[in-house]
Amino acid sequence: MTFTFFFQNVVNALQWGSFYALIALGYAMVYSILMLFNFAHGDIFMVGSYIGFGVATGLLYLVTSGFIPLPHWLVLVLTIVISMFLTSFVGVIVERIGYRPLRNAPRASAAITGLMIGIILETGNLALLGARRLNFPSLIMSRTYEIGGVFVTNKKILVVLVSIGLMLALDQFVRKTKWGMAMRAMSYDFVVVPLMGVSIDVIAPLTFAIGSGLAAAGGVLYGIAYPILDPYMGILIGWKAFVAAILGGRGSIMGAALAGFLLGFIEIFVAMIFPSTLRDLIAFSIVLAILTFRPYGFFGKPYSAKLRL
Amino acid sequence: MLLEVKNLRVSYGNIKALHGIDFQVDEGEIVCIIGANGAGKSTTLRAISRMVEVEEGTQMTFMGKDMLKYKPEKVVSELGISHVPEGRRLFGNLTVMENLKLATFARKDKEKIKKDMERMFSIFPRLEERKNQEAGTLSGGEQQMLAVARAYMSAQRVMLLDEPSMGLAPKLMLSMFDSLAEISREGTTILLVEQNARLALKFAQRGYVLETGNLVIEGKSEDLLNDPEVKKAYLGG
Repeated sequence: MTFTFFFQNVVNALQWGSFYALIALGYAMVYSILMLFNFAHGDIFMVGSYIGFGVATGLLYLVTSGFIPLPHWLVLVLTIVISMFLTSFVGVIVERIGYRPLRNAPRASAAITGLMIGIILETGNLALLGARRLNFPSLIMSRTYEIGGVFVTNKKILVVLVSIGLMLALDQFVRKTKWGMAMRAMSYDFVVVPLMGVSIDVIAPLTFAIGSGLAAAGGVLYGIAYPILDPYMGILIGWKAFVAAILGGRGSIMGAALAGFLLGFIEIFVAMIFPSTLRDLIAFSIVLAILTFRPYGFFGKPYSAKLRL
Repeated sequence: MLLEVKNLRVSYGNIKALHGIDFQVDEGEIVCIIGANGAGKSTTLRAISRMVEVEEGTQMTFMGKDMLKYKPEKVVSELGISHVPEGRRLFGNLTVMENLKLATFARKDKEKIKKDMERMFSIFPRLEERKNQEAGTLSGGEQQMLAVARAYMSAQRVMLLDEPSMGLAPKLMLSMFDSLAEISREGTTILLVEQNARLALKFAQRGYVLETGNLVIEGKSEDLLNDPEVKKAYLGG
Protein backbone atom coordinates (compact mmCIF):
# COMPACT_ATOMS: atom_id res chain seq x y z
CA MET A 1 0.00 0.00 0.00
CA THR A 2 1.48 3.29 -1.03
CA PHE A 3 1.42 6.45 0.92
CA THR A 4 -0.69 8.33 -1.61
CA PHE A 5 -3.18 5.48 -1.75
CA PHE A 6 -3.47 5.68 2.02
CA PHE A 7 -4.08 9.42 2.03
CA GLN A 8 -6.53 9.11 -0.82
CA ASN A 9 -8.55 6.87 1.44
CA VAL A 10 -8.20 9.26 4.36
CA VAL A 11 -9.80 11.95 2.21
CA ASN A 12 -12.60 9.62 1.17
CA ALA A 13 -13.14 8.52 4.75
CA LEU A 14 -13.40 12.12 5.93
CA GLN A 15 -16.17 12.79 3.45
CA TRP A 16 -17.97 9.53 4.18
CA GLY A 17 -17.64 10.06 7.91
CA SER A 18 -19.05 13.58 7.60
CA PHE A 19 -22.44 12.20 6.61
CA TYR A 20 -22.50 9.76 9.48
CA ALA A 21 -21.38 12.44 11.90
CA LEU A 22 -24.00 14.98 10.84
CA ILE A 23 -26.78 12.41 11.21
CA ALA A 24 -25.39 10.88 14.39
CA LEU A 25 -25.51 14.30 16.08
CA GLY A 26 -29.30 14.37 15.80
CA TYR A 27 -29.61 10.88 17.22
CA ALA A 28 -27.30 11.69 20.08
CA MET A 29 -28.95 15.01 20.98
CA VAL A 30 -32.45 13.61 21.11
CA TYR A 31 -31.35 10.54 23.04
CA SER A 32 -29.33 12.51 25.48
CA ILE A 33 -32.14 14.88 26.46
CA LEU A 34 -35.26 12.72 26.10
CA MET A 35 -33.90 9.18 26.54
CA LEU A 36 -35.42 8.10 23.28
CA PHE A 37 -34.02 7.11 19.93
CA ASN A 38 -35.70 8.93 17.11
CA PHE A 39 -35.65 6.09 14.62
CA ALA A 40 -37.20 8.36 12.01
CA HIS A 41 -34.02 10.38 11.94
CA GLY A 42 -32.50 8.65 8.89
CA ASP A 43 -35.66 9.49 7.01
CA ILE A 44 -35.45 13.10 8.12
CA PHE A 45 -32.05 13.07 6.42
CA MET A 46 -33.85 11.83 3.30
CA VAL A 47 -36.52 14.52 3.62
CA GLY A 48 -33.78 17.10 4.05
CA SER A 49 -32.15 15.94 0.86
CA TYR A 50 -35.44 16.19 -1.03
CA ILE A 51 -36.16 19.61 0.42
CA GLY A 52 -32.65 20.55 -0.69
CA PHE A 53 -33.54 19.28 -4.14
CA GLY A 54 -36.63 21.47 -4.20
CA VAL A 55 -34.87 24.54 -2.89
CA ALA A 56 -31.91 24.14 -5.27
CA THR A 57 -34.17 23.56 -8.25
CA GLY A 58 -36.25 26.59 -7.37
CA LEU A 59 -33.27 28.85 -6.84
CA LEU A 60 -31.58 27.71 -10.03
CA TYR A 61 -34.80 28.36 -11.93
CA LEU A 62 -34.95 31.90 -10.54
CA VAL A 63 -31.33 32.46 -11.52
CA THR A 64 -31.46 31.00 -15.04
CA SER A 65 -34.73 32.71 -15.83
CA GLY A 66 -33.09 35.97 -14.83
CA PHE A 67 -35.49 36.82 -11.98
CA ILE A 68 -32.81 37.16 -9.36
CA PRO A 69 -29.21 37.18 -10.46
CA LEU A 70 -27.47 35.25 -7.72
CA PRO A 71 -23.87 34.08 -7.93
CA HIS A 72 -23.41 30.32 -7.85
CA TRP A 73 -21.79 30.19 -4.45
CA LEU A 74 -24.74 32.04 -2.98
CA VAL A 75 -27.18 29.56 -4.49
CA LEU A 76 -25.19 26.83 -2.77
CA VAL A 77 -25.16 28.61 0.59
CA LEU A 78 -28.85 29.49 0.39
CA THR A 79 -29.74 25.93 -0.54
CA ILE A 80 -28.00 24.59 2.54
CA VAL A 81 -29.38 27.25 4.88
CA ILE A 82 -32.97 27.22 3.62
CA SER A 83 -33.08 23.41 3.56
CA MET A 84 -31.81 23.26 7.12
CA PHE A 85 -34.42 25.79 8.18
CA LEU A 86 -37.32 24.05 6.47
CA THR A 87 -36.30 20.57 7.59
CA SER A 88 -36.03 21.73 11.18
CA PHE A 89 -39.79 22.23 11.07
CA VAL A 90 -40.18 18.61 10.00
CA GLY A 91 -38.33 17.71 13.18
CA VAL A 92 -40.56 19.96 15.26
CA ILE A 93 -43.67 18.37 13.76
CA VAL A 94 -42.33 14.87 14.37
CA GLU A 95 -41.72 15.74 18.01
CA ARG A 96 -45.09 17.38 18.43
CA ILE A 97 -47.20 14.70 16.77
CA GLY A 98 -45.11 11.60 17.27
CA TYR A 99 -43.25 11.85 20.53
CA ARG A 100 -44.81 14.42 22.83
CA PRO A 101 -48.00 12.43 23.45
CA LEU A 102 -45.78 9.47 24.38
CA ARG A 103 -43.44 11.26 26.73
CA ASN A 104 -44.58 9.23 29.70
CA ALA A 105 -45.27 6.07 27.71
CA PRO A 106 -42.94 3.05 27.78
CA ARG A 107 -39.79 3.67 25.79
CA ALA A 108 -40.62 0.81 23.40
CA SER A 109 -43.75 2.67 22.25
CA ALA A 110 -41.67 5.70 21.40
CA ALA A 111 -39.17 3.57 19.50
CA ILE A 112 -41.96 2.00 17.45
CA THR A 113 -43.41 5.44 16.80
CA GLY A 114 -40.07 6.43 15.30
CA LEU A 115 -40.08 3.43 12.98
CA MET A 116 -43.64 4.23 11.91
CA ILE A 117 -42.90 7.88 11.28
CA GLY A 118 -39.95 6.76 9.19
CA ILE A 119 -42.16 4.53 7.06
CA ILE A 120 -44.71 7.33 6.72
CA LEU A 121 -42.03 9.71 5.51
CA GLU A 122 -40.68 7.16 3.01
CA THR A 123 -44.02 6.09 1.60
CA GLY A 124 -45.43 9.61 1.79
CA ASN A 125 -42.56 10.73 -0.37
CA LEU A 126 -43.25 7.83 -2.72
CA ALA A 127 -46.91 8.80 -2.98
CA LEU A 128 -46.07 12.44 -3.54
CA LEU A 129 -43.20 12.22 -6.00
CA GLY A 130 -43.48 8.71 -7.41
CA ALA A 131 -40.88 5.98 -7.54
CA ARG A 132 -38.74 7.83 -10.00
CA ARG A 133 -35.32 8.69 -8.69
CA LEU A 134 -34.42 12.34 -8.76
CA ASN A 135 -31.19 13.92 -9.87
CA PHE A 136 -29.91 16.47 -7.42
CA PRO A 137 -29.17 19.62 -9.45
CA SER A 138 -25.52 20.40 -9.86
CA LEU A 139 -24.74 23.34 -7.60
CA ILE A 140 -21.01 23.48 -8.08
CA MET A 141 -18.78 22.60 -10.98
CA SER A 142 -16.71 19.64 -9.98
CA ARG A 143 -13.03 20.39 -9.80
CA THR A 144 -10.28 18.03 -8.89
CA TYR A 145 -7.06 19.09 -7.27
CA GLU A 146 -3.99 16.95 -7.02
CA ILE A 147 -1.94 17.36 -3.89
CA GLY A 148 1.13 15.14 -3.85
CA GLY A 149 -0.59 12.42 -5.83
CA VAL A 150 -3.77 12.56 -3.75
CA PHE A 151 -6.88 13.62 -5.64
CA VAL A 152 -9.24 15.91 -3.81
CA THR A 153 -12.40 17.29 -5.35
CA ASN A 154 -13.84 20.63 -4.37
CA LYS A 155 -17.03 18.79 -3.42
CA LYS A 156 -15.19 16.69 -0.87
CA ILE A 157 -13.59 19.76 0.61
CA LEU A 158 -17.00 21.40 0.78
CA VAL A 159 -18.61 18.42 2.50
CA VAL A 160 -15.90 18.09 5.12
CA LEU A 161 -15.55 21.81 5.85
CA VAL A 162 -19.27 22.49 6.10
CA SER A 163 -19.72 19.45 8.36
CA ILE A 164 -16.91 20.39 10.68
CA GLY A 165 -18.08 24.01 10.71
CA LEU A 166 -21.58 22.98 11.74
CA MET A 167 -20.24 20.70 14.46
CA LEU A 168 -18.12 23.47 15.92
CA ALA A 169 -21.11 25.82 15.80
CA LEU A 170 -23.23 23.24 17.59
CA ASP A 171 -20.55 22.74 20.20
CA GLN A 172 -20.49 26.48 20.90
CA PHE A 173 -24.27 26.61 21.03
CA VAL A 174 -24.49 23.80 23.53
CA ARG A 175 -21.73 25.24 25.70
CA LYS A 176 -22.44 28.94 25.62
CA THR A 177 -26.17 29.61 25.25
CA LYS A 178 -28.89 29.19 27.84
CA TRP A 179 -30.72 26.77 25.55
CA GLY A 180 -27.58 24.70 25.25
CA MET A 181 -27.24 24.81 29.01
CA ALA A 182 -30.81 23.58 29.38
CA MET A 183 -30.04 20.74 26.98
CA ARG A 184 -27.02 19.69 29.00
CA ALA A 185 -29.07 19.89 32.16
CA MET A 186 -31.76 17.73 30.60
CA SER A 187 -29.20 15.16 29.58
CA TYR A 188 -28.24 14.87 33.24
CA ASP A 189 -31.68 14.92 34.85
CA PHE A 190 -34.63 15.78 32.67
CA VAL A 191 -37.23 15.27 35.40
CA VAL A 192 -36.09 18.19 37.48
CA VAL A 193 -35.66 20.65 34.61
CA PRO A 194 -39.20 22.13 34.84
CA LEU A 195 -38.42 23.16 38.43
CA MET A 196 -35.93 25.58 36.92
CA GLY A 197 -38.79 27.30 35.11
CA VAL A 198 -37.64 25.66 31.87
CA SER A 199 -40.35 24.15 29.72
CA ILE A 200 -39.50 20.76 28.25
CA ASP A 201 -41.96 21.68 25.50
CA VAL A 202 -39.49 24.33 24.41
CA ILE A 203 -36.25 22.39 24.72
CA ALA A 204 -37.50 19.14 23.15
CA PRO A 205 -38.71 20.68 19.87
CA LEU A 206 -35.61 22.87 19.75
CA THR A 207 -33.46 19.76 19.99
CA PHE A 208 -35.42 18.04 17.24
CA ALA A 209 -35.16 21.18 15.12
CA ILE A 210 -31.38 21.37 15.46
CA GLY A 211 -30.90 17.65 14.87
CA SER A 212 -33.12 17.78 11.80
CA GLY A 213 -31.37 20.86 10.48
CA LEU A 214 -28.02 19.09 10.73
CA ALA A 215 -29.46 16.02 9.02
CA ALA A 216 -30.75 18.30 6.25
CA ALA A 217 -27.27 19.78 5.82
CA GLY A 218 -26.05 16.20 5.53
CA GLY A 219 -28.80 15.46 3.01
CA VAL A 220 -27.93 18.43 0.81
CA LEU A 221 -24.22 17.65 0.95
CA TYR A 222 -24.98 14.03 0.17
CA GLY A 223 -27.03 15.16 -2.82
CA ILE A 224 -24.10 17.24 -4.00
CA ALA A 225 -21.67 14.34 -3.62
CA TYR A 226 -23.97 11.53 -4.82
CA PRO A 227 -26.67 13.27 -6.84
CA ILE A 228 -29.27 10.51 -6.99
CA LEU A 229 -32.14 10.68 -4.51
CA ASP A 230 -34.62 7.97 -3.66
CA PRO A 231 -37.14 7.70 -0.82
CA TYR A 232 -35.23 4.91 0.92
CA MET A 233 -31.84 6.59 0.83
CA GLY A 234 -32.02 7.43 4.55
CA ILE A 235 -32.53 3.96 5.93
CA LEU A 236 -29.11 2.35 5.83
CA ILE A 237 -27.16 5.54 6.38
CA GLY A 238 -29.53 6.36 9.26
CA TRP A 239 -28.96 3.02 10.95
CA LYS A 240 -25.23 3.40 10.58
CA ALA A 241 -25.34 6.89 12.05
CA PHE A 242 -27.35 5.45 14.92
CA VAL A 243 -24.56 2.95 15.47
CA ALA A 244 -22.13 5.86 15.52
CA ALA A 245 -24.24 7.65 18.13
CA ILE A 246 -24.11 4.57 20.36
CA LEU A 247 -20.41 4.17 19.73
CA GLY A 248 -19.83 7.77 20.79
CA GLY A 249 -21.53 7.23 24.10
CA ARG A 250 -24.72 8.46 25.70
CA GLY A 251 -24.89 12.15 26.40
CA SER A 252 -21.76 12.93 24.45
CA ILE A 253 -22.74 14.98 21.44
CA MET A 254 -19.23 15.46 20.16
CA GLY A 255 -18.55 11.78 20.86
CA ALA A 256 -21.26 10.95 18.34
CA ALA A 257 -19.63 13.17 15.73
CA LEU A 258 -16.20 11.65 16.30
CA ALA A 259 -17.65 8.15 16.18
CA GLY A 260 -19.35 9.09 12.90
CA PHE A 261 -15.97 9.91 11.43
CA LEU A 262 -14.49 6.77 12.96
CA LEU A 263 -17.19 4.68 11.33
CA GLY A 264 -16.43 6.36 8.01
CA PHE A 265 -12.77 5.46 8.43
CA ILE A 266 -13.49 1.88 9.40
CA GLU A 267 -15.74 1.35 6.38
CA ILE A 268 -13.43 2.97 3.86
CA PHE A 269 -10.34 1.21 5.14
CA VAL A 270 -12.05 -2.16 5.34
CA ALA A 271 -13.12 -1.70 1.73
CA MET A 272 -9.55 -0.75 0.87
CA ILE A 273 -8.20 -4.06 2.14
CA PHE A 274 -11.06 -6.51 1.62
CA PRO A 275 -13.54 -7.00 -1.21
CA SER A 276 -16.18 -4.29 -0.86
CA THR A 277 -18.99 -6.84 -0.54
CA LEU A 278 -17.51 -7.72 2.85
CA ARG A 279 -17.36 -4.10 3.92
CA ASP A 280 -20.34 -3.92 6.26
CA LEU A 281 -19.77 -7.41 7.62
CA ILE A 282 -16.26 -6.64 8.72
CA ALA A 283 -16.85 -3.01 9.67
CA PHE A 284 -19.70 -3.87 12.00
CA SER A 285 -17.89 -6.81 13.48
CA ILE A 286 -15.25 -4.27 14.49
CA VAL A 287 -17.94 -2.04 15.99
CA LEU A 288 -19.34 -5.00 17.89
CA ALA A 289 -15.90 -5.79 19.25
CA ILE A 290 -15.42 -2.18 20.35
CA LEU A 291 -18.74 -2.19 22.19
CA THR A 292 -17.84 -5.44 23.91
CA PHE A 293 -14.91 -3.72 25.54
CA ARG A 294 -16.49 -0.30 25.89
CA PRO A 295 -20.20 -0.95 26.47
CA TYR A 296 -20.89 2.73 27.21
CA GLY A 297 -19.20 3.84 24.01
CA PHE A 298 -16.13 6.03 23.84
CA PHE A 299 -17.33 9.00 25.85
CA GLY A 300 -20.39 7.68 27.65
CA LYS A 301 -20.50 7.17 31.38
CA PRO A 302 -22.40 4.54 33.30
CA TYR A 303 -25.70 6.21 33.95
CA SER A 304 -29.04 5.44 35.45
CA ALA A 305 -31.78 7.95 34.84
CA LYS A 306 -34.09 8.96 37.61
CA LEU A 307 -37.48 8.83 36.02
CA ARG A 308 -39.41 10.82 38.59
CA LEU A 309 -38.97 13.47 41.19
CA MET B 1 -54.00 33.58 52.48
CA LEU B 2 -51.08 33.03 50.10
CA LEU B 3 -51.37 29.30 49.54
CA GLU B 4 -54.51 27.40 50.31
CA VAL B 5 -54.75 23.64 49.85
CA LYS B 6 -57.98 21.73 50.36
CA ASN B 7 -58.64 18.02 50.13
CA LEU B 8 -55.27 17.26 48.52
CA ARG B 9 -55.32 13.69 47.31
CA VAL B 10 -52.53 11.91 45.44
CA SER B 11 -52.06 8.27 44.49
CA TYR B 12 -49.18 6.41 42.93
CA GLY B 13 -50.95 3.67 41.05
CA ASN B 14 -53.03 1.81 43.62
CA ILE B 15 -51.18 3.24 46.56
CA LYS B 16 -52.81 6.26 48.15
CA ALA B 17 -50.14 8.69 49.28
CA LEU B 18 -52.31 11.58 50.49
CA HIS B 19 -55.87 11.07 51.66
CA GLY B 20 -57.22 14.58 51.29
CA ILE B 21 -55.25 17.00 53.44
CA ASP B 22 -55.97 20.68 54.13
CA PHE B 23 -53.41 23.31 54.98
CA GLN B 24 -52.60 26.96 54.41
CA VAL B 25 -49.50 29.08 54.27
CA ASP B 26 -49.64 32.81 54.78
CA GLU B 27 -47.39 35.44 53.23
CA GLY B 28 -44.00 35.61 54.92
CA GLU B 29 -44.56 32.59 57.14
CA ILE B 30 -42.22 29.72 57.82
CA VAL B 31 -44.29 26.56 58.01
CA CYS B 32 -43.09 23.01 58.43
CA ILE B 33 -44.63 19.64 57.81
CA ILE B 34 -43.07 16.93 59.92
CA GLY B 35 -43.62 13.22 59.76
CA ALA B 36 -41.98 9.86 59.39
CA ASN B 37 -40.49 8.41 56.26
CA GLY B 38 -43.24 7.62 53.76
CA ALA B 39 -45.87 9.78 55.44
CA GLY B 40 -46.35 11.75 52.21
CA LYS B 41 -44.23 14.83 52.96
CA SER B 42 -42.36 14.92 49.66
CA THR B 43 -45.54 14.12 47.78
CA THR B 44 -47.18 17.18 49.32
CA LEU B 45 -44.44 19.43 47.95
CA ARG B 46 -44.50 17.70 44.56
CA ALA B 47 -48.23 18.28 44.34
CA ILE B 48 -47.77 22.01 44.96
CA SER B 49 -45.09 22.10 42.25
CA ARG B 50 -47.48 20.19 39.97
CA MET B 51 -44.84 17.50 39.53
CA VAL B 52 -47.38 14.80 40.43
CA GLU B 53 -50.97 14.61 39.31
CA VAL B 54 -53.57 15.26 42.00
CA GLU B 55 -56.91 13.48 42.15
CA GLU B 56 -60.41 14.79 41.58
CA GLY B 57 -61.67 17.05 44.32
CA THR B 58 -58.32 18.58 45.15
CA GLN B 59 -58.30 22.35 45.43
CA MET B 60 -55.15 24.42 45.43
CA THR B 61 -55.16 28.17 45.15
CA PHE B 62 -52.25 30.55 45.21
CA MET B 63 -53.05 34.23 45.67
CA GLY B 64 -56.57 33.37 44.58
CA LYS B 65 -55.42 31.62 41.38
CA ASP B 66 -56.34 28.03 40.66
CA MET B 67 -52.97 26.25 40.74
CA LEU B 68 -54.27 23.21 38.90
CA LYS B 69 -54.26 25.27 35.71
CA TYR B 70 -50.48 25.73 35.88
CA LYS B 71 -47.76 23.51 34.46
CA PRO B 72 -44.72 22.84 36.65
CA GLU B 73 -42.50 25.38 34.88
CA LYS B 74 -45.23 28.02 35.17
CA VAL B 75 -45.63 27.39 38.88
CA VAL B 76 -42.02 28.51 39.09
CA SER B 77 -41.92 31.29 36.53
CA GLU B 78 -45.40 32.77 36.92
CA LEU B 79 -46.47 32.01 40.47
CA GLY B 80 -43.00 32.39 41.95
CA ILE B 81 -42.85 29.09 43.83
CA SER B 82 -39.50 27.32 43.84
CA HIS B 83 -38.76 23.82 45.03
CA VAL B 84 -35.64 22.22 46.46
CA PRO B 85 -36.40 18.60 45.66
CA GLU B 86 -35.61 15.51 47.67
CA GLY B 87 -32.02 14.46 47.06
CA ARG B 88 -31.17 17.98 45.79
CA ARG B 89 -31.11 16.88 42.13
CA LEU B 90 -28.37 19.25 41.04
CA PHE B 91 -27.07 19.15 37.50
CA GLY B 92 -23.76 17.50 38.30
CA ASN B 93 -22.39 18.06 34.81
CA LEU B 94 -22.94 21.82 35.00
CA THR B 95 -20.81 24.25 36.97
CA VAL B 96 -22.12 25.97 40.08
CA MET B 97 -22.60 29.15 38.07
CA GLU B 98 -24.40 27.32 35.28
CA ASN B 99 -26.77 25.67 37.76
CA LEU B 100 -27.64 29.11 39.11
CA LYS B 101 -27.97 30.68 35.67
CA LEU B 102 -30.15 27.90 34.36
CA ALA B 103 -32.58 28.59 37.18
CA THR B 104 -33.08 32.10 35.75
CA PHE B 105 -33.96 30.68 32.30
CA ALA B 106 -37.46 32.15 32.21
CA ARG B 107 -36.66 35.36 34.06
CA LYS B 108 -36.33 38.66 32.22
CA ASP B 109 -35.53 40.97 35.15
CA LYS B 110 -31.78 41.21 34.55
CA GLU B 111 -31.02 43.73 37.29
CA LYS B 112 -32.88 41.71 39.89
CA ILE B 113 -31.14 38.53 38.79
CA LYS B 114 -27.80 40.18 39.40
CA LYS B 115 -28.89 41.33 42.83
CA ASP B 116 -30.26 37.91 43.72
CA MET B 117 -27.03 36.28 42.61
CA GLU B 118 -25.03 38.64 44.81
CA ARG B 119 -27.33 37.94 47.71
CA MET B 120 -26.87 34.19 47.35
CA PHE B 121 -23.12 34.58 47.16
CA SER B 122 -23.16 36.67 50.31
CA ILE B 123 -25.25 34.08 52.16
CA PHE B 124 -23.25 31.18 50.73
CA PRO B 125 -19.72 32.52 50.09
CA ARG B 126 -18.52 28.98 49.42
CA LEU B 127 -20.56 28.92 46.24
CA GLU B 128 -18.80 31.95 44.88
CA GLU B 129 -15.43 30.37 45.62
CA ARG B 130 -16.51 27.31 43.70
CA LYS B 131 -18.56 28.93 40.97
CA ASN B 132 -16.59 27.42 38.10
CA GLN B 133 -16.50 23.95 39.59
CA GLU B 134 -18.84 21.21 38.38
CA ALA B 135 -21.70 20.73 40.82
CA GLY B 136 -21.00 16.99 40.95
CA THR B 137 -17.66 17.63 42.61
CA LEU B 138 -19.04 19.62 45.55
CA SER B 139 -19.23 18.29 49.10
CA GLY B 140 -22.63 17.37 50.54
CA GLY B 141 -22.95 20.64 52.43
CA GLU B 142 -22.00 22.70 49.41
CA GLN B 143 -24.45 20.78 47.28
CA GLN B 144 -27.23 21.61 49.71
CA MET B 145 -26.23 25.29 49.57
CA LEU B 146 -26.32 25.18 45.80
CA ALA B 147 -29.71 23.45 45.80
CA VAL B 148 -31.15 26.22 47.98
CA ALA B 149 -29.45 29.00 46.03
CA ARG B 150 -30.56 27.52 42.74
CA ALA B 151 -34.17 27.34 43.89
CA TYR B 152 -33.97 30.92 45.14
CA MET B 153 -32.67 32.07 41.76
CA SER B 154 -35.61 30.42 40.03
CA ALA B 155 -38.30 32.01 42.20
CA GLN B 156 -38.42 33.57 45.64
CA ARG B 157 -41.99 34.35 46.61
CA VAL B 158 -42.31 30.90 48.17
CA MET B 159 -39.66 28.24 48.62
CA LEU B 160 -40.59 24.61 49.11
CA LEU B 161 -37.78 22.77 50.85
CA ASP B 162 -37.60 18.99 50.96
CA GLU B 163 -35.45 17.91 53.93
CA PRO B 164 -32.78 20.60 53.86
CA SER B 165 -31.04 18.87 56.77
CA MET B 166 -30.67 15.55 54.99
CA GLY B 167 -27.16 14.14 55.02
CA LEU B 168 -25.62 17.13 56.77
CA ALA B 169 -23.44 17.03 59.87
CA PRO B 170 -25.11 18.73 62.89
CA LYS B 171 -23.02 21.86 62.60
CA LEU B 172 -23.74 22.27 58.90
CA MET B 173 -27.41 21.62 59.59
CA LEU B 174 -27.57 24.55 61.99
CA SER B 175 -25.79 26.89 59.64
CA MET B 176 -28.07 25.80 56.80
CA PHE B 177 -31.09 26.76 58.91
CA ASP B 178 -29.46 30.08 59.75
CA SER B 179 -29.10 30.73 56.04
CA LEU B 180 -32.73 29.82 55.44
CA ALA B 181 -33.79 32.22 58.19
CA GLU B 182 -31.73 34.88 56.47
CA ILE B 183 -33.51 34.18 53.20
CA SER B 184 -36.94 34.37 54.81
CA ARG B 185 -36.09 37.69 56.46
CA GLU B 186 -36.49 39.53 53.17
CA GLY B 187 -39.98 38.23 52.59
CA THR B 188 -39.59 34.76 51.14
CA THR B 189 -42.28 32.44 52.46
CA ILE B 190 -40.96 29.00 53.34
CA LEU B 191 -42.74 25.68 53.47
CA LEU B 192 -40.44 22.87 54.48
CA VAL B 193 -40.85 19.20 55.18
CA GLU B 194 -38.50 17.52 57.61
CA GLN B 195 -37.84 14.29 59.39
CA ASN B 196 -35.76 16.19 61.90
CA ALA B 197 -38.82 17.45 63.76
CA ARG B 198 -37.09 19.29 66.57
CA LEU B 199 -34.94 21.34 64.21
CA ALA B 200 -37.86 22.09 61.93
CA LEU B 201 -40.16 23.18 64.73
CA LYS B 202 -37.52 25.45 66.21
CA PHE B 203 -37.10 27.10 62.84
CA ALA B 204 -40.75 27.36 61.78
CA GLN B 205 -43.56 29.41 63.26
CA ARG B 206 -46.23 26.82 62.58
CA GLY B 207 -46.23 23.14 61.91
CA TYR B 208 -48.32 20.25 60.67
CA VAL B 209 -47.84 16.61 61.53
CA LEU B 210 -48.38 14.22 58.65
CA GLU B 211 -49.09 10.56 59.35
CA THR B 212 -49.55 8.06 56.50
CA GLY B 213 -51.24 10.55 54.23
CA ASN B 214 -53.31 12.41 56.83
CA LEU B 215 -52.60 15.63 58.70
CA VAL B 216 -53.20 14.67 62.33
CA ILE B 217 -52.02 17.65 64.35
CA GLU B 218 -51.44 21.29 63.53
CA GLY B 219 -50.48 24.29 65.54
CA LYS B 220 -47.88 26.82 66.55
CA SER B 221 -44.38 25.42 66.73
CA GLU B 222 -43.98 25.98 70.48
CA ASP B 223 -47.28 24.20 71.12
CA LEU B 224 -46.20 21.26 68.99
CA LEU B 225 -42.84 21.12 70.74
CA ASN B 226 -44.75 20.73 74.04
CA ASP B 227 -47.46 18.45 72.72
CA PRO B 228 -47.13 15.10 74.52
CA GLU B 229 -48.03 13.06 71.44
CA VAL B 230 -45.63 14.92 69.18
CA LYS B 231 -42.97 14.60 71.85
CA LYS B 232 -43.45 10.90 72.10
CA ALA B 233 -43.62 10.15 68.40
CA TYR B 234 -41.25 12.67 66.86
CA LEU B 235 -39.03 14.30 69.45
CA GLY B 236 -37.74 11.20 71.15
CA GLY B 237 -39.86 11.38 74.34
